[in-house]
Formats: sequence, structure tokens, C-alpha cells
Amino acid sequence: MRGAIIRLARFAVSRGLFLFLAVIVGVYLTVVIANMGGALDKMRISQIQEQVAITVGMNPANRHLPPDQLKALTDAEVQNQIHALGLDQPFFPKRSFTYLYNAMTLQLGWAEHMVSDAGSRTVQLILIERLPYTLVLFGTANLLLFFATLFIALFLSRRYGSFLDKATIALAPSSSAPGWFYGLFLILIFAAVLKVLPWGGLIDAPVPTTTMGYGLSVAKHMLLPVIAVVTSTFFASIYAWRTFFLIYSSEDYVELAKAKGLSSSGVDMRYILRPTLPPIITQFLLVLITMWMGQIVLETVFQWPGIGRVFYQAIGMNDTPVIIGVIVIFGYLLAVTVFALDFVYAIVDPRVRVGVSGERR
Amino acid sequence: MRNWFAGMKGLRRYPSMLAGVIVIAIFVGVSISTVIAIPYGQAITLWRGGPEVTATNPKNAAPAWFNLFTSDKMPSTIIVNSAAGAGTKTEQTLANGMKEVDITLPFKYTAERFPTDIRLYTQVANSESSVNITASWVTPDGRTIVLQENRPVGASDTYYIAQDTALRAQLSGALPQVGLLANPQNKSKALEGNYQVILTAQIPQTATLNSRVVVYGSVYGLAGTDYRGRDLIVPLLWGAPIALMFGLLAAVGTGLLTFVLAAIGTWMGGKVDKAFQWITQVNLIIPLLPVLILVGHFYSRSIFTMLGLVILLSIFGTTMLTNRAMFLQAKEAPYIEAAQAYGARNFRVIFRYLMPRIAPTLLPEFVLIVPTFVFLEATLAVLGLGDPVLPTWGKVLDDAYAQGALYKGLYYWFLEPAVLLMLLGVGFSLIGYSLDRVFNPRLRTV
Repeated sequence: MRGAIIRLARFAVSRGLFLFLAVIVGVYLTVVIANMGGALDKMRISQIQEQVAITVGMNPANRHLPPDQLKALTDAEVQNQIHALGLDQPFFPKRSFTYLYNAMTLQLGWAEHMVSDAGSRTVQLILIERLPYTLVLFGTANLLLFFATLFIALFLSRRYGSFLDKATIALAPSSSAPGWFYGLFLILIFAAVLKVLPWGGLIDAPVPTTTMGYGLSVAKHMLLPVIAVVTSTFFASIYAWRTFFLIYSSEDYVELAKAKGLSSSGVDMRYILRPTLPPIITQFLLVLITMWMGQIVLETVFQWPGIGRVFYQAIGMNDTPVIIGVIVIFGYLLAVTVFALDFVYAIVDPRVRVGVSGERR
Repeated sequence: MRNWFAGMKGLRRYPSMLAGVIVIAIFVGVSISTVIAIPYGQAITLWRGGPEVTATNPKNAAPAWFNLFTSDKMPSTIIVNSAAGAGTKTEQTLANGMKEVDITLPFKYTAERFPTDIRLYTQVANSESSVNITASWVTPDGRTIVLQENRPVGASDTYYIAQDTALRAQLSGALPQVGLLANPQNKSKALEGNYQVILTAQIPQTATLNSRVVVYGSVYGLAGTDYRGRDLIVPLLWGAPIALMFGLLAAVGTGLLTFVLAAIGTWMGGKVDKAFQWITQVNLIIPLLPVLILVGHFYSRSIFTMLGLVILLSIFGTTMLTNRAMFLQAKEAPYIEAAQAYGARNFRVIFRYLMPRIAPTLLPEFVLIVPTFVFLEATLAVLGLGDPVLPTWGKVLDDAYAQGALYKGLYYWFLEPAVLLMLLGVGFSLIGYSLDRVFNPRLRTV
């Protein structure tokens, strides 16, 4: 028993360390790209020079200074600001590692250009403000998608070869297009031609005062994006689960259970769902993860004020701290999920023994 | 090999496979003929536009075949050019070393809707000073409307009739392109019949005067035009080879490399396998689209940069995990052991025994991934990160979206590239899913 605990702890530590390392690599890559390998510094410096020249020149107190003194004053102020931002340090290696360190310790700092809707410049507040919107949209869509496809697939696998089964499978190719693509079609049909649903956005223009009205208005705006997300993967997802269940339901022990005269729901629960639980859980956790990130294009198409849109806007504005903030949070979430999966597997699948090397899963 | 053959024979039972193959074959045929008919350089010139390419094209014009389905006919663009011999030109020598030139530019207007713009282009050659022209407009029912008197014209002049405010006042406030053509009995419809634009000018004896009237319509060609007057048929046709190239190269690149690396990794085991697993784990943490957007924004938007990056970031993706799982299983097969026993080298085992066994099972996945990459190109374009030079479906979608085509009711602009993308995607999917049913042995026996 003690040996097992030590082995478990050893496994947890080495796995955790490895995943942490993976996040570091990912975030460092982002830091380098989002700073254009340091080339963005030149842009920042010239921006500072311009701003300082304007502020110093416009200051009435400096109006009577001779040009050379004015220039000296400007230069000193520029140097000050460059030093304050650390831009006088070389990007490689020192400053890039400072960025990395701050990101990994979640000191996300101040945005360079972006401002949250409430007026804050801290990256943390900008992201926290948008997070609920992404979660409510993609939470609804992904959970709906996950559970609906899972149970429909289970239902169809029992009726293999029926008309309903064939029809659903015939529709699987519809999932080759991404959500935003269906989104544009839905906007065309329901907003442009039929004029029954809004083009996009979060809420009606005079914001409803009652909580009920608010909720209904958001729900109305959510309808099209949710349908778009669901349509884009619905049938392919059913197809994948169905294939999966079919393979498991042809196992001998399922035949035996049927022969014993168990009810079909009993067979489903104990002999099909139970052994397929690990992949289902994997899929579920991955669904949760993608939900956090949202979908950049879908949010853009529907003007939905979520994290994906913030990320895209941040890139458009060269706002490095926000870009890094989004990536580091996403990286941690993914790492934690992968870490958790290893242990969840061990709990639901007795065949998997955590930390035993040389074993195939 | 027999496995493959049996699979191919089984395909006949799947009509969806046939449909997919036909769709893809059409796209391939169109791609090849497009590249031959509109060479790359010409396509780029047409797509990048500029006044010399699109000056006489109407903007935001619907496809010409829309007229088959509408009750009141929309006009196509009419160009009458005296330099090309159209119309009549009379010259009369005057006493003071000058001559009087009269140019009549007749055209027949057969639509009920009004044109979108009217312009009069004038060229004067061999004249040192500018000349004054007088232009007038004759309607089919015989009314003559003077457009402008004594307009000073240099070597080259464009008279934007539709934007002439004085003329608008003269037409009691109607927009010139409406007022000039309106039926006096029913002002909401254009009067059909033979119109004339008449130009008179006194120019030096040695000079020549030529003029061209362009009545811009609201339908154009097979595919219509966009907000810059570019013919949409160019990006729609050229989009096919580009989409096929991007989708297939990305799929072949990632699919094949992943496949080979997974085979080598699992067979070799040990450090190589370990390293591949490490890279895969790290790569799974790095999100593909955000990295593409970052690189597109900060470095290069070229389609080949994107393609390379997509391949690089997808080799060690989730497909690596599924491939590995399959190879691990196949590795234990008795015939592999037999091959080892007679002394086959690693290379031979991997390429002759392991890979052919797994390939059919992975083929569906490989075909199904193609549309993902085709749409990835469109996704990047919609985010404004499409290739800056190439005419692609994604770029047309991006333009249509950014210019509010849906708000303005210019549905054709959005629907044309969207339907093509969808067709190509569904074509590959149909093949992929049929292959899956054929080659997935567990499914077949159920």
C-alpha cells in the first residue's frame, strides 16, 4: 500500500512538472511571437517619443524655453519612460524571461492599449469582464452538444441500420464546415431575410430593466450562435459516438448480458457505458476546455463580447500583455485538465494503474 | 494489398462515395481549366483591380442570370465608344482654323430598373489648349436635355453625370441616372428605347476628339461584381485550385508525416518514442488558431507561411495519439514477429509491413481532415489574415462580410463563395465517411 502511494506521488510530481514545462514552452513561444521577436519595442519607443514630444511641447510652462533646452527636456523624459517600461533592456534574453515569469506567476499586469468596458486597464479585469459571456454561450452550446449527441448515439447504436440511423449518418458530412460558417448562413436567413432574430450582439439596445427581460433578451441573442455551434459538429459527433458504441456493443460480454435477459437500459448502463467511460470523460473535459477559449471567429461574426473577441482585438492592437494573458490562462487550464485526466482514468477504469511503467493503455 | 482491393470493390455499394468523387472531380477539372484559361499573372491583375481593370465594371452588381428570375429587368453595363467606331462623328471645317465636331453616341436601353451610374469619358488628342464641349441627352420620346454647356476638357476628361448637382436641380431633384431615364408616365420605371448622347465641340483643325459613354448597370457577368467593381468570377474560379491545394497539401503533409513518424516512433520505442510523446504533449498545449493569427498579424500572411505552420503544428497533434495506438496494436501481430525472425531490418518492417497494414484504417480520417484545412484558410481570411495577393473564396467571404453584404441585401456576394466552400467540404466528407464504413473492419462486421 505504501509503495502504491509513493508510486502515485512520484507519478503525480513528474507528470505535473512535465505539464508545467509544456505550458512554459507554449507561453514563451507566445511571448516571442507577440513581441515580434523584440521588434515591437522599436514601435513602442517611437510611440513614447511622439507622445512625450507632444506633452512637453504643449505644456504652457515650457513655452519660453529655447529649442535646445526643450529638446533636452524631451529626451530626458523619453529616457525616463523607456527606463520605467524596461525598454532599455535587451529583449533577449532578459526581458522575454521577465514577461514569461510574470505570465507564469499570473501577474498579468496592465494592458497597453485596451480598456475594459468598466474603464480598467488591468489585464485581469479585462478578461474577467468578458469571461462570463463566453462561458454562458459556449457552455450552453457545448453541454447541449455533448449530452444530446451522446444519448442520441446510444439510442441509434441500439437501432443500427434503421431509417433514423441511416438518415443521421447521411447528414454527417454537414459537419465539415465550422460554426462561424453556419453562423453567417443563419444570419442571412433569420436576420436578413426573415428579420425575426437579431444580427448579433449581446442584448437589445435599450437594455431591459427587469432581470427576466434581461435574461430573455440575452437568450434571444444567443439563439443563433448556439445553433451555429451545435450544427457544425452535431452529426459528426453522433457518428463518432455511434461508431464507438457499436464497437463496444459487439463484445462477447454484451451478448452474454443480453442473453441473460437484462433490460436494454441495463445493458447500456452496465456493459456499454461503463467500459466506454474513460474516452467519454476525456471528451467531456476537452469540451469544457474549448468552452473557455470560445471561438474567435464565431464571436467576431456574432459581435459577441467574449474572450475570443478580446484575444482577436488584442492582436489587432498589438496589445502584448492581453495576448499573453489569454494564452497563459488557456495553457494552465489545459494542463490541469490533462493532469486530472490521468487520475480520473484510474478511478473509472480499473485496468489502468497510475504510475506503472511499461503498460499500454 | 488484398485488403485495399476488397475495400475498393466494396465502394460500389456506396452511392454517397460516388457523389463525393463526382463533386471533387468537377472541382479538380474546373481548377485545371481555370489555371490554363486565366494564367496566374492575369488572375492577380484582375483581382488586384485598379481603375484600368475595373473602370467600366459596375460596383456591387448581381450576376446577369438574376434577370431570369426577376419581374422587372435589371440593366447590364452599356459602353458606347466613338474611338472604337461606334456612333457617328461628323466634322465641319470652320473659317478660323478650327473645326466643329459632332459625336452622336446611340444606345438601346432595355431594362426597367435604372442604371447605377453614368459617365462620359472624353479624349482630345493633338490640341495645345483645352477645348469646350457641350453634351446633351436625347430620350427615346424625343426630349433633349442639355447635360452641360461649354465644359472645359483637357487631354483626358471624365464627366461624372450621376454626380452633377446642377443637372440634378434641372431634373427637379431626381438623381441624374434616374431622372434622365425615367418614364414620364411612370417615374418609378425606366423608359425603354433608343437613347443618344450628343457631343459638340470646336477644336483645332489638327486635333481629334473621341468620347465614350458608360451607362453602369446592376448586373454583370456570371458571378457579379464586388464593392470595387471586380468581377467575382475570377476569385470564384481561382479559389478552387487554391482551396484544393491548401486542403490537400496540408492534409497530405500532416497526415503522411504523422503516419511515418508514428510508425517509426512506436517501432523504435525507447528514446525516439519518448521524444515524440513529449513533443506531442507540448504541442497539445499550444492552440493552433491563436498561433496562426499571431504569426499572420506580426509576421507574414502569405498562404505558404500559413500552410507550413499548419503542417508543423499539426504533425504532433491528436492524430499522433490515434496513430500511435493503432501501431502499438499492429506491432504485436504474429507476422511482424515472423518478419523479425527471418531478419528483416527496421526499415523494411516499418515501410513494408507495419504501414501498409494500418494505412486503410487511417485513410478515412485522412480524407475527412481535408475540409478542415479548406475551411481553415477561409477562417483566416475572415479574420483579415488571408493571403494579401491571391484571390480565394475566403477573401470574397471576408470582403462580403466586412462590406455588410448581408445588411445591404447583396446575398449573391456571400452565397457564391459560401456554397462553393460547402460543396468542396461536403465532397470530401462524403468520400471520407464512405471510406470509414468500408475500411473500418469492426463496423463492417456489425
